[in-house]
Amino acid sequence: MATLTTPAKTRATDARTDGPVHGGVTAAAAVHRAPRKIGRRVALLVGLLVGAVFAGFPVFWMLISSFKTNTEIFAYPPQIITQGFSFDAYLAVLNDPEEIRFFINSYVVALSVTALTVVFAIMAAYAFSRYEFRGKKVMNVIIIGTQAVPPIALIIPFFGLMVTLGLYNTYAGLILTYIVFTLPYAIIMMTAYFNTLPKELDEAVKVDGAGAWTALWRILVPISVPGIVSVAVYTFMISWNEYLFALTLTRTNDLRTVPVGIQLLIGQNSYEWNQMMAISIMGSIPVLLLFLIFQRYFIGGLTSGSVKS
Amino acid sequence: MTALRTGRTPSRFGSARLAGKSAPYGFVAPTAILLVALMVVPIILVIGYSVSDGAITTKNASFAGLTNYITLLTDPEFWNAALNTLVFTVSSVAAHLLIGLGFSLMLNSKLIGAVPRAVFRVIYILPWLFTAAIIAVLWRLLLDPQGVINYLLQSVHLTGSPIAWFGDPSTALLAVTVMNIWAGYPFFMISLLAGLQGVPADLYEAARVDGASPVQQFFNVTLPQLRPIIISMAMLDVLWTTQQFALIWLTTGGGPISVTEMLSTFTYKLAFTGFDFSAASASAVIVLVFSLIVAVFYVRSQRSES
Repeated sequence: MATLTTPAKTRATDARTDGPVHGGVTAAAAVHRAPRKIGRRVALLVGLLVGAVFAGFPVFWMLISSFKTNTEIFAYPPQIITQGFSFDAYLAVLNDPEEIRFFINSYVVALSVTALTVVFAIMAAYAFSRYEFRGKKVMNVIIIGTQAVPPIALIIPFFGLMVTLGLYNTYAGLILTYIVFTLPYAIIMMTAYFNTLPKELDEAVKVDGAGAWTALWRILVPISVPGIVSVAVYTFMISWNEYLFALTLTRTNDLRTVPVGIQLLIGQNSYEWNQMMAISIMGSIPVLLLFLIFQRYFIGGLTSGSVKS
Repeated sequence: MTALRTGRTPSRFGSARLAGKSAPYGFVAPTAILLVALMVVPIILVIGYSVSDGAITTKNASFAGLTNYITLLTDPEFWNAALNTLVFTVSSVAAHLLIGLGFSLMLNSKLIGAVPRAVFRVIYILPWLFTAAIIAVLWRLLLDPQGVINYLLQSVHLTGSPIAWFGDPSTALLAVTVMNIWAGYPFFMISLLAGLQGVPADLYEAARVDGASPVQQFFNVTLPQLRPIIISMAMLDVLWTTQQFALIWLTTGGGPISVTEMLSTFTYKLAFTGFDFSAASASAVIVLVFSLIVAVFYVRSQRSES
């Protein structure tokens, strides 16, 4: 603490000479306040930097390790600026058809799940937002309750079901599984979005002779793009990242997704750490990009949700 | 055109009324079918498996009553896993709350500008953007006996010889917990940050007029205002942390000598390495019941707020 206050005080003296004095505050009070404020600012900055090291260092280490040669990974002392800086690890991943396959599988599964979830969620949310119907309450309870069901409780019957249905070790089995996990929250998000749109919008179209189906897809969906995008981003992230079911419901390497594939490298190539870090970076890029693009939107959505409650 | 439309008037109204009644079922049909087939049915199945012998592995499993549950509840391995899950969950959730609160307070401070705030926010959210399988591999690299964390600890003389954090029975639970703390605090932080931004400024103004110090303001204004968010986030986090599987499975696999065995890994091993699907189902049902109890409390707390 002592080391922190000393520089703060010296800076405070500068602030007194050329810093602005607030109107209505006496010079003496300003002098008294300024060092405190600067001291606080320095403490905050130190806190922020410590936090940044805690949060960011592992990611930084993953990134630089992906540019190292495998012998440099455990160099003593650890190297931050590597002599052997190269993209070799990335090229090795890109030149391995099996590892490329993990990416293709992840994209096929995540994109299919996203498309189907969005369509089903739009339909169900429309019914929830615009209609009263028998069984609505029961469905609502199931949709909310589903989110509390632990994956480990479902993995055993899913395994049994998928084997029975002949969907074990297929894309279809994995896609169906993921939809069940992504759909409930997608419906909740989408219903909340539709509820913000006035009913008069689709009523007007229906009076003109169009059915509910047309009203939904021609009128509501085009103006709900922001809501649909956040449902899609959420769904893609969940399916891209899923591990337990991908591990259990697939058997052959040609159906493994990225999260499972990374783990296979551990045994297969006897700790090619640089390659594992490279495939980790490459495997994270879709989610990182989606987050960075829709960040404002994502946090904004969360904000409104939390503040309302 | 007009004539056609007028001509169709009666039938249009008729079909609209009919559509009005049947339409919602058409819209919810895909969801309903999926949820029944892949959510309701599996839950019934797993309960069925848990009261039978030789589920999945034998063609006609026999009814076993509660014997699977009794065997499980008298198995010290089960209680070991339950205790580990408890320790892991309580320390993770507490740390998530403290770190999330600390980071969100710093990010919400008026003393930093908009640009550094945005930069630090992205850095703090980083762990949330990586999937568990990747985080596990990354932490294995970081915590390797020859890895960078051992090097740093040794260079400041906190530890003598390098430690195999995930391999040593005395440090493995600590290691997986620290990893999970790192992996899981951002969601807490984002929600708390949103909550902080929603605290009315005049509450602070009133506290300042009353002469409250920043610390007093924190305990008398900030914390009570954040209480609903803290409670709901803590319950969600308990749900997620008790279910954590990938992080454990890919680092310690529950070992060494079961010191990091969680209910999730314990259940998984019963099923997919021991092929005792009946016992595994009993364990899964216990986890399910616990989760549903937490969920009921969660929904109640949400309701009482609104």
